[in-house]
Amino acid sequence: MDSPHGLAERPAIAIRGLTRRFDDRVAVDALSVDVRSGELFGIVGPDGAGKTTTLRMLAGVLRPTDGTALVAGIDVARDPEGVKPHIAYMSQRFGLYEDLTVRENLDFYADLYRVPRAERPARLERLYAFSRLGEFTDRLAGKLSGGMKQKLSLSCALVHKPDILLLDEPTFGVDPISRRELWLILHEMVAEGITIVVSTSYLDEAERCDRVALLHEGRLLALDTPTALRGSVSGRMLAIRSSRLRRARDVLRGAATVRSAHLFGDAVHVLVEAGVRDEEALAPVRAAGLDVRDVEETEPSLEDVFMRLVG
Amino acid sequence: MSGRAGGGGGPRLNPLRVRRMDAKEIRQLFRDPKTKRIIFAAPIIQLLAFGYAVNTDVRNVATAVVDHDRTAESRALVDAFTASGYFRVVERSDRPADLAEALDRGRAVVALEIPAGYAADLKARRSPAVQLLADGTNSNTATVAQGYAGEIVQAYGARLAAAAGGRRSGVELRTRAWFNPSLESRVYNVPAVIGVIVLMMCLMLTALGIVREREVGTLEQLLVSPLSPAELILGKTIPVAGIAVLQITLVTTVALLWFGIPITGSVPTLFVAAVLFILAGLSVGLWISTISATQQEAFLSMYLFILPAIILSGFLYPVHTMPDGFRYLTWLNPLRHFLDVVRAVFLKSAGFADVWVSIAILLAMAVAGLSFATRRFRAAL
Repeated sequence: MDSPHGLAERPAIAIRGLTRRFDDRVAVDALSVDVRSGELFGIVGPDGAGKTTTLRMLAGVLRPTDGTALVAGIDVARDPEGVKPHIAYMSQRFGLYEDLTVRENLDFYADLYRVPRAERPARLERLYAFSRLGEFTDRLAGKLSGGMKQKLSLSCALVHKPDILLLDEPTFGVDPISRRELWLILHEMVAEGITIVVSTSYLDEAERCDRVALLHEGRLLALDTPTALRGSVSGRMLAIRSSRLRRARDVLRGAATVRSAHLFGDAVHVLVEAGVRDEEALAPVRAAGLDVRDVEETEPSLEDVFMRLVG
Repeated sequence: MSGRAGGGGGPRLNPLRVRRMDAKEIRQLFRDPKTKRIIFAAPIIQLLAFGYAVNTDVRNVATAVVDHDRTAESRALVDAFTASGYFRVVERSDRPADLAEALDRGRAVVALEIPAGYAADLKARRSPAVQLLADGTNSNTATVAQGYAGEIVQAYGARLAAAAGGRRSGVELRTRAWFNPSLESRVYNVPAVIGVIVLMMCLMLTALGIVREREVGTLEQLLVSPLSPAELILGKTIPVAGIAVLQITLVTTVALLWFGIPITGSVPTLFVAAVLFILAGLSVGLWISTISATQQEAFLSMYLFILPAIILSGFLYPVHTMPDGFRYLTWLNPLRHFLDVVRAVFLKSAGFADVWVSIAILLAMAVAGLSFATRRFRAAL
């Protein structure tokens, strides 16, 4: 945590041409990305985009087929053991020992990383403070709620004060309130100087990252801050509501004025050229005999960006 | 398929980390009531089963009798059978067809047919022939019963001859079982339970313990931690070995105090063999953990190993009665060699010099098994 930021010109993680093949399938295809020290970096994409494979390679549990990844300056493929003390990796199902108590789980991970006994009380105190697990120290991990389990997992991952935290879909299967809390915690961690790489398939979560890598079928589609990514969408984004959304979308997709159209919540998000007026955009819908309840211009979201890049 | 780069030279071993891992394992093992039950109840149940329920002794064999002679002599022969305690007459008849039926229906295991003219033949010093039919479907009982019947008939004949004032018959066959004079199956079976229990525990606790961590996802967490594979293996196996030693002590104590089966041989020899046998068992458990993705798979693999291991060990069926091919196969079975040592030490007053061959084989198996299993284990991580 007390890494010398002044000197740290080198990225926390430098990925060059990282590739992993499983038999014939390419899970990660020549990925090149730098993660800056102290940033909250999002790897975003649908299931099967290669997020987990990438993180497992960074954690040193999966060997790359090709390319390199320097984590904290160390080549993970060549020296996975050397990387371990610097990182924490929380897999999608972070293993908690459900038959051990909260305290026993934390102690065990502290033992594995050989955290000095003298430092433990202070560290646990801090972890309890953000996770609010302090009053459940003697409860079996298996008896915690989903959100609390997640927070305990995170606490176990942080108990050895890693420089880099790799999180694979940490909010998977967690209720919305706990999700929110977890993200607040991540922001606190980053404020303390930890570099976090977090994967997610929720694009609304990606908005909370400093920078985002959009991954699709193992390839990097785009890499930038969420704001810049949204800004990259030129033209007007219209949200059109109709009682027959799917039909409306299909009709819009075929229209000459429309660059992309996809469902978003209770509306169809339609990207049109900057000069196109609302009524021009709506014409195909009306021509198809569908009703239009409402139309308004809207900020493009990351999902819109993603759908346009993929589409 | 996840190959891990093996940087950092040889196996790193930090005794403290191994100890913490052991402490965690033991805590988990004894926290789970199901595991606790398996560890302590399983040996006791097996002991009771093999001490009481499984009785391969031959006693009170149901016997059907057809006496065509109906003389004092023929009745005396039947009495000799029942007086031995090995046979119990359940049916008498004078039609040979009834014998076949009694055997067919399973009412009798053995049928004795005394021909007409039996007494007359005896008196005339012509050796009369009596027929003994045995139900061969239970070959063990049938063989033993035949043996007893032979002895009884012979002894009876000798007595008659003596009573008749004649010379004693020239040939006198007298067989006696050594080491287990009363031929009690309990004395033979109870010590052997040690081997079966230890093998089961080593396989089950090791394989299931590792596979459970893989299923839950904690194994991956351990792999990204500084815990080395060597530390992981030791952390997983040392507690199991400890429990196995505990169980050997438990079973031995019960055998001594409850069943009154004495250890007549060298206890240190038994202990050395036990440690080597445990190591061999642990390596099989480790190996199973590398080929099983789920606990169910591990359980199945375990059974596929343990059933043949028991059958080809001499635990229930003597090795020397097996066909050649299978008899050679038993040499590959650690349980067979361990049981040889156990029975020799318990029953034959054996010391190290008597069983060193078995111990040497167990040592070779432990070394080969562990190096193979740890190599497989590292590769599968």
